[in-house]
Amino acid sequence: MAEKAFKLEIVTPKRVVFSGEVTSFSAPGVVGGFQVLKNHAPLLSSIEVGEVKLVDVAGTESHFATSGGVVEVHDNKVMMLAETAERSDEIDVVRAQAARDRARKLLAEKKSDVDFDRARIALFRALNRLKVANQL
Amino acid sequence: MATLREIRHRITGVTNTQKITKAMKMVAAARLRRAQEAIVSARPYARKLGELLRHLVTKVDVNLNPLLVGRETRTVLLVVVTADRGLCGSFNSNIIKAAIQRLKTQGDVATQVMTIGRKGTEFFGKRKYDVVLKHPGIFLDLEFDHARSFVQEITEGYLEGRFDKVEVIYNEFKSVIQQRIVVEQLLPIPAEETQPSKDSKGRSLVDYIYEPSSAEIVNVLVPRHLNFQMWRILLESNAAEQGARMTAMDNATENARELIRDLTLKFNNARQASITKELLEIVSGAEALKAS
Repeated sequence: MAEKAFKLEIVTPKRVVFSGEVTSFSAPGVVGGFQVLKNHAPLLSSIEVGEVKLVDVAGTESHFATSGGVVEVHDNKVMMLAETAERSDEIDVVRAQAARDRARKLLAEKKSDVDFDRARIALFRALNRLKVANQL
Repeated sequence: MATLREIRHRITGVTNTQKITKAMKMVAAARLRRAQEAIVSARPYARKLGELLRHLVTKVDVNLNPLLVGRETRTVLLVVVTADRGLCGSFNSNIIKAAIQRLKTQGDVATQVMTIGRKGTEFFGKRKYDVVLKHPGIFLDLEFDHARSFVQEITEGYLEGRFDKVEVIYNEFKSVIQQRIVVEQLLPIPAEETQPSKDSKGRSLVDYIYEPSSAEIVNVLVPRHLNFQMWRILLESNAAEQGARMTAMDNATENARELIRDLTLKFNNARQASITKELLEIVSGAEALKAS
């Protein structure tokens, strides 16, 4: 396995979420999801709200919910800078459900003073967290 | 020599002060631990984001984003980050002194000041400085939104041309007992960063695939970078302040202890002297009676 491995770092403002060797990394790029394997061409991509998947050297798959950021791939080193990244087992499901319900309510009310874009993005984020969390 | 009563009074007073300084030290220590955690975990992200942006701007046209382009400097905005509260040693006075020095050395260039933290706001507000933006009292509950709104104000002013260069002066958290005053250029995103650097990994020679496009990535990264730098600066200053306060209060407690020791010694001396005096009086009184 080791010959297929490359370095991955996932860094968020709060902490370094992941740092180590992996054999596969997939992320939700803004122009479509992509996967990185060893010897990938240099790439710089924005990513959006979605799910990040990685397979470590032992073959274990991990899933992360992210709310956007950038990924740099260069010389078999992948650096993901994300605003948030939570491993599927670390997601606060109750909070995500509350956020989903709140966002849905805001959208349903159709009041003029509601910032619809923000509510919609909040809804996406909450749904994404729930989706990733349920894949345990 | 002071009377017994006076000395006892002073001992009580110093003991009370010591209790306060001790309590403040504890509070500062608890806050420091949290602040330190925050800054230590924020640094890697800030550094990586900076690296990525620095590298990226070597590849793209800087004119894509006005915040990357330098221009003739006629007005400088100096952002001074102080604490909200005192009793933290020379933390505030040092930063204010350094800020004044910095303003003086600007020469013919006009200067404006933005203050973050109550102490600096009070100081510069009372004097003849052009304080254009002020934000006292934010450190008690520091939020990322603070950083975001500061950056928004600054970038607006910069884009409107109210100032041509933005520098931040703040205390960097080096260790619990050490702060370092740092001046950083915030805008335009510094020239040495926008010039192709000789990267050890030869990064600048690599052609990247950009998704969606280099321009868009730059435009996403620039505001993020600025927000995060500001956030990091606030966290640095906050951690440094708690560290300074803890050391200052530790010293104060130590001084109070010494003072109490000296006063107790004096008190005992005075007490012994008065006992001796009373004994002498009694003995000589008795002698006088016997003799009669």
